Amino acid sequence: MLYLDHAATTELRPEAWKAMGDMREDFGNPSGVHAISRSAKNRLEADRERAAELIGASRASEIVFTAGGTEADNLAITGAALASDSPAHVVTSAIEHKAVLESAAFVETVGGRATIVGVDKHGLVDPAAVVSAVEPDTAVVSVMVANNETGALQPIAEIAQAVHAAHPGVLVHADAVQAFVSEPVTVSKLGVDLLSLAAHKFGGPKGVGLLYVRDGVRLEPVVHGGSQEQGRRAGTHNPMGVAGMVAAMEATVTERSGFRERVSEIRRSFEDTLAGLVPGLRINGPVDGRLVQHSHLGFPGHTSETLLIRFDQAGLAAAAGSACQSGAVEVSHVLAAMGMGEQEAAESVRFSFGWTSVASEAELACKIIGEVLEDLS
Amino acid sequence: MKVVVAMSGGVDSSVAAAMMVEAGHDVVGVTLKQWEDVDGNLPTAGCCTVGDAEDARRVSAQLDIPYYVLDYVDEFRRAVVEPFGRSYLAGQTPNPCVECNRTVRFKALLDRTAELGGDVLATGHYARVVWHPSGYQLKRGLDANKDQSYVLHMLTQEQLERIRLPIGELTKPAVRDYATRLGLRTANKPDSQEICFVGAGNYRDFLSDHFPETTRPGPIVDQAGQQVGSHDGTSGFTIGQRRGLGLAVQEPRFVVDIDAASSTIVIGDRDDLLVDGCVVQGVSFVSGGPPPSRSVEVKVRYRSQPTPVLLEPDGLRWRVEFASPQAAVAPGQAAVFYHGDLVLGGGTIESTFR
Repeated sequence: MLYLDHAATTELRPEAWKAMGDMREDFGNPSGVHAISRSAKNRLEADRERAAELIGASRASEIVFTAGGTEADNLAITGAALASDSPAHVVTSAIEHKAVLESAAFVETVGGRATIVGVDKHGLVDPAAVVSAVEPDTAVVSVMVANNETGALQPIAEIAQAVHAAHPGVLVHADAVQAFVSEPVTVSKLGVDLLSLAAHKFGGPKGVGLLYVRDGVRLEPVVHGGSQEQGRRAGTHNPMGVAGMVAAMEATVTERSGFRERVSEIRRSFEDTLAGLVPGLRINGPVDGRLVQHSHLGFPGHTSETLLIRFDQAGLAAAAGSACQSGAVEVSHVLAAMGMGEQEAAESVRFSFGWTSVASEAELACKIIGEVLEDLS
Repeated sequence: MKVVVAMSGGVDSSVAAAMMVEAGHDVVGVTLKQWEDVDGNLPTAGCCTVGDAEDARRVSAQLDIPYYVLDYVDEFRRAVVEPFGRSYLAGQTPNPCVECNRTVRFKALLDRTAELGGDVLATGHYARVVWHPSGYQLKRGLDANKDQSYVLHMLTQEQLERIRLPIGELTKPAVRDYATRLGLRTANKPDSQEICFVGAGNYRDFLSDHFPETTRPGPIVDQAGQQVGSHDGTSGFTIGQRRGLGLAVQEPRFVVDIDAASSTIVIGDRDDLLVDGCVVQGVSFVSGGPPPSRSVEVKVRYRSQPTPVLLEPDGLRWRVEFASPQAAVAPGQAAVFYHGDLVLGGGTIESTFR
């Protein structure tokens, strides 16, 4: 199987395997008193320090470990909206991940309000539109670093700067879940107050992530229980998962520039070859302003549902929209927000490359796609 | 041969898939997502639920075949659910399974079989497709209790050529035995009874939620037009219905007519139910044309026994004259013509006559 769905999830990196294997004997609960616990606690806190360094946070205490990106997003949005005396207002964009959009919707159900800012036809958020959506009771503004479908890179640093300049005290959250693997993510440079990561997107294990919470920012917890993570996230720690995540972060940051070079070349060759094979092939999203590993393409006259099934049978894994509970392909809210018609949206397939991708995959993918299209015609 | 199998998550389609695999074919399992809850996900109660799709997925994994969920929600709403509501609005008694087979399963999905990489489409219906020198024949399933040929009467030669109905040769107990032998998780799963999109409630709740006009209260009158009771909506009734009339009378009373326009239910005694025939519209014949002998049998409901009739062409419609008067013939239901085990064709009952 040729795997071009790295944006959904990617293979565990050997560094992560090793770090987790090393935790075999450190099984302790970091919250205990005895030596076994202490050892686990020490490793967890060393990992926290390393994670903070890797995203440019100034202190380890600014890292809250979560059970993944969705929980990090929930804690950022809901936690910020509910931190003040009365449920507040949140601003986000129409192309955010469901973890953010549904958190905003949840805030509305508990008495808060939400404003969803639209995007242009390339799927880009306008910083001015975000600033003007801020209201006196806005607690948090949330915009992703890069979109998970098209890969469109958002002007997050500009947004953070503009929001903070016009409305000091309003928090800015960035969902960096999809971007981290290929984009430099330094919280001090981005100027954000909150930032989410999910380990499995960059070769760490599933079910673990983190939320960067700038020093001094108060959030209402969304998971209630013990006082782990300074009372910001209850539940027994996951030291093995964290070890895997931080090892994968380390490897990702170290190899990032090489990854960008290699993958952008694979994608260039993939898209160039495919353009010659598929009349009218469209690239969705900003051609020059997207994650290097994303190739979100429109195939005129073919539905993604059929294409994905035929690709699967031909040994090529790709994706479209976001899969629902049953596994059926749903029309993407991201493409809809970009003003794309239902038909064009239904013709779109996302190919995404990752850390295991090699140059020959571009040619192989084009060969498979070409054969499937030939058979369908 | 490459076979696409429509899998509902029940034992019948599980075994249909297994039989195709055991016959050495290259099989792909699909589940049609036909209906969704407001959150866009599959319903959690009724038929075609998340759990059913999960069963189909797990059976496919056990059979080592690829499995996909296909989105037919829009098509199904347009072609099945909306006509279902409209039919009740017109005072009829629709059969949504017939419409689903006509427009979704054996039209939209069948037309797409090649696109999905298949040569033929197989389903878990109790009916048989038989090759005969004169063309493909559609026959009743071998299990008389489970025979589903009634809901497949609209199939044509072009469709039958590309359809396989493997379990039509088996009885229900044999299907369960087959599933048990392979250890399929659906082997003992209860049969679904209700209309798939209606879900956990009854169809009246569904209609009042989705087609509130069908639940308009009105009078119940006798043959003389005298009001004898009242009702909560004509959609709760079908021709021949005896229960649920809420009348304090000694003699058995039956629904003999439904006037949706005035929201009136007309009742009568058993004799008032009897009709001499019905007019059937939208008729198609499996062989491509009407049978040489116009003396055939007809089924006017899924669960009714075939009864002898004489077919008479009537413009685009067909007049069906019963050899002896029949009760409980409801407009909206399918009239399906048989010659013994052979399905000749059928259409939708438009009206009845005496």
